[in-house]
Formats: sequence, structure tokens, C-alpha cells
Amino acid sequence: MRKSAITVEAAAQLVPDGARVMIGGFLGVGSPDRLIDALVARGARALTIIGNDTAYPNVGVGRLIEAGCVARAEVSHIGTNPTTQRLMSARAIDVELIPQGTLAERIRAAGSGLGGVLTPTGVGTIVSDGKQVIEIDGASFLIEKPLRADFALLRAHEADYYGNLTYRLTAANFNPVMAFAADCVIVEANEIVPVGVIPPDAVRTPGVLVTHIVGRAR
Amino acid sequence: MDAKDIIARRVALEVRDGMLVNLGIGLPTLVARFIPQGMSVAMQSENGLIGFSAPVPEGMENRDLIDAGGGFIAALPGAASFDSATSFALIRGGHVDMAVLGALQIDAAGRLASWMIPGKFTPGMGGAMDLVAGAKRVIVAMQHAAKGEPKIVESLTLPPTAARRVSLIVTELAVIEPTDEGLALRERAPGVSVAEIVACTGARLIVQEVTPEMPLCRD
Repeated sequence: MRKSAITVEAAAQLVPDGARVMIGGFLGVGSPDRLIDALVARGARALTIIGNDTAYPNVGVGRLIEAGCVARAEVSHIGTNPTTQRLMSARAIDVELIPQGTLAERIRAAGSGLGGVLTPTGVGTIVSDGKQVIEIDGASFLIEKPLRADFALLRAHEADYYGNLTYRLTAANFNPVMAFAADCVIVEANEIVPVGVIPPDAVRTPGVLVTHIVGRAR
Repeated sequence: MDAKDIIARRVALEVRDGMLVNLGIGLPTLVARFIPQGMSVAMQSENGLIGFSAPVPEGMENRDLIDAGGGFIAALPGAASFDSATSFALIRGGHVDMAVLGALQIDAAGRLASWMIPGKFTPGMGGAMDLVAGAKRVIVAMQHAAKGEPKIVESLTLPPTAARRVSLIVTELAVIEPTDEGLALRERAPGVSVAEIVACTGARLIVQEVTPEMPLCRD
């Protein structure tokens, strides 16, 4: 299942305005910077972005916020980006705050065919508003639904021609779990290597999950 | 010694050999400075690493190696990296022995509020709700008051981070333990009287006949 490389511009054309887009990264580390720049250059609008945070103004996902590409953000934290705060207060962006572990598990549930997850996180807080709470063996859990997207834009360390991926240090974060949970998975890698260079045990995302690999910068 | 120093030194005394510890962003991060060199303690950063130190020597930063606050860190020998789902399985699954968190408010039931001030500032909960739900011990490290207003109050006016009662509250004035009966004053900072602590606290404190002075270093 060999893949051919596409350009970042072509990748940005695949993502229509209004799409639900998962984007890997934690405060900009492990975010697909070239794909983000290409979405900004295309003038993408009304995106729903799903990710850990909105980084900083003009860093990582923050670039999409700054350029007015985002209508809605489903994230765990916006404290490092005053622009997101300001747009949220002005009701120019809709923000849903999701506990970080719940965000990871909802994405994992969607990608693994589960109907949701039961978590103690958020019980007794406003996160539980409108959600079902169930008791199991005397403990309370929230039912949290799966979270899917139309696209996942990922950053890997290495990608081989089959789309097998490795990650490096804290740049993995949400990338591996998002690879399971979108209809179209587009990967930007630091290095593209021939098949066989990545040993099977080192593969953290199996290539079958990857739809497109963005070619190296020219 | 300033307030933050006192708090960090006292919290560091709660750290035991062999623990897996998660230090929150801001004040809690300072605790790492006061953990003795020879002690075997693993630090978790919820963005996906166990085993790190900070700060990194100038010019030696790795762009793929940060802590949950975005600061550059160094991975120590024996470090392990993992994705966010695994990181929060560690947290929710009770594998983290101790989490140290900041707080905006704590109430008489020992519940904390730490993630939003409605209408003013909404940074979001990040990993705090999961940490409070899942860590074996939760220690709140915070200044006793903010702009003259007590942060320890009878009941929260800010949205809670969890329903769970935290294990211990450490401020620059006192160590307070939430119990079934209420908030028990356990220690007072050097040079601080019980009356001063009571005056700066917005909730009822259970005071013993003798309140020992807070130790700030190991014997």
C-alpha cells in the first residue's frame, strides 16, 4: 500500500471550509506547521479544530486562529493564547473545553470503534452538565462520547513510503491517537524514508491508517 | 525567603523515594528544586514524558522536548516518552503517586477550583481535572490569599475542578489538611501565629492545642 507524496498546497485544497479537523501538537510541539501554513495561505474558513490547545498567537494552531480560519475549537486549554480568549469573549469563536485525558480517550474511542468511554474525570463539575452519570461498583463515571473528525493533520518524525510513522519525544502527544479517528489522515514528517528503514517494532502508527504523506519542502 | 520558596520547600518534604510525581505549571514546578539529589523520584510531564530535568543549558534546547508549560526540558537517562492517551492512562489509572497543583480557591470540603473565573479568564482545565480525579495524592500549592482576599473559603464561588477532596494544602502561612470534620490546621510557617492564619482564612479551621512550626528542610 505504497503512497505517493502530495504537496502541502494540494493537501490544503483537500480540506474544505467548514471541515472538522484534528491537529496534533502540544503548545506547537508536534504540530504540522507546513500544513497549517498552507491552510492559512489557502484562506480556509469556518474550520472546527480539535486538539490539545491553541498554542500561542502565531505558533502552531495559533496561526489558524490568528488568520481567522477557525469557527470552533474543541480543546483542553487556551490559556497560552490571548487571541483565542479575546475571540471567545467576543463570540467570534466557539470554544468547548474538554479535560485533556477525556479528549484523548474520546478520540481513542472514536478510532477504536467504541461507543464512548466512562471516566471519573469531570464528575461533580460543569463538564458533567448534560451528560449521563452512571454508577459502577459504587463509583461515579461520566459517559463521554467518541470524537471523530473529517481530517487529521499529523506531524511525525519519520514516515516511510507505506505511511508507517515514528514520533520523537514529546512531539508524539495527540498525533498517534488522532491517526485512528479521521476519515482522511494527512501526515507531515520531518523525514521521509524508504520502506524497511523503520523497523516494525519502532512503528508507532501503522501505515494503513495514513491517507496522504506530504512531500518534503522544496 | 519569599512566599513561593516557602511553599515549594514544604511541598518537597512530601516527596518520597520511588514516587512518580506530576508537578503542575507555575508555582508547583518550583518544588523540583528542593528534592534532594540522591532521591530517586520520577517526574511526569503530561504531554508525554517520564524522567526529565529543567532548565536546559542555553543553546541546548530540543524543539521536540518540552514540559506541559511549554518550557524546554532535558530527558534523563531512563526516561520514557509516550502519547497523550498513555500519559492520561498513567494519571487516571492511579499510577501517579502525587500531583502538585495550583488553585484559585479551596473550600471547607477540600474541593479546589483552578481553571476558570467566569466572565474574566478562562484558560481551561488542561490536565488538571484528570490529575485530581486520578492521582493517589493531590497537594495544592498556593499563596494563602490573592490581593488581600482569602483563597480558602467556606464554599467555592468559582467552578470546581473535581468533586474529590484534596489531600493537603500548603501555603506560605500554613499546612492544612482537609478531613471529614473540616479543614485541620496542621502546621504554621516560621514566625506566623495561628491568629494570623485564622484571620487570612475564609473558612473555619480546626485548630489543635499546639500547632507545630512548618519544617522547611529534611532532618
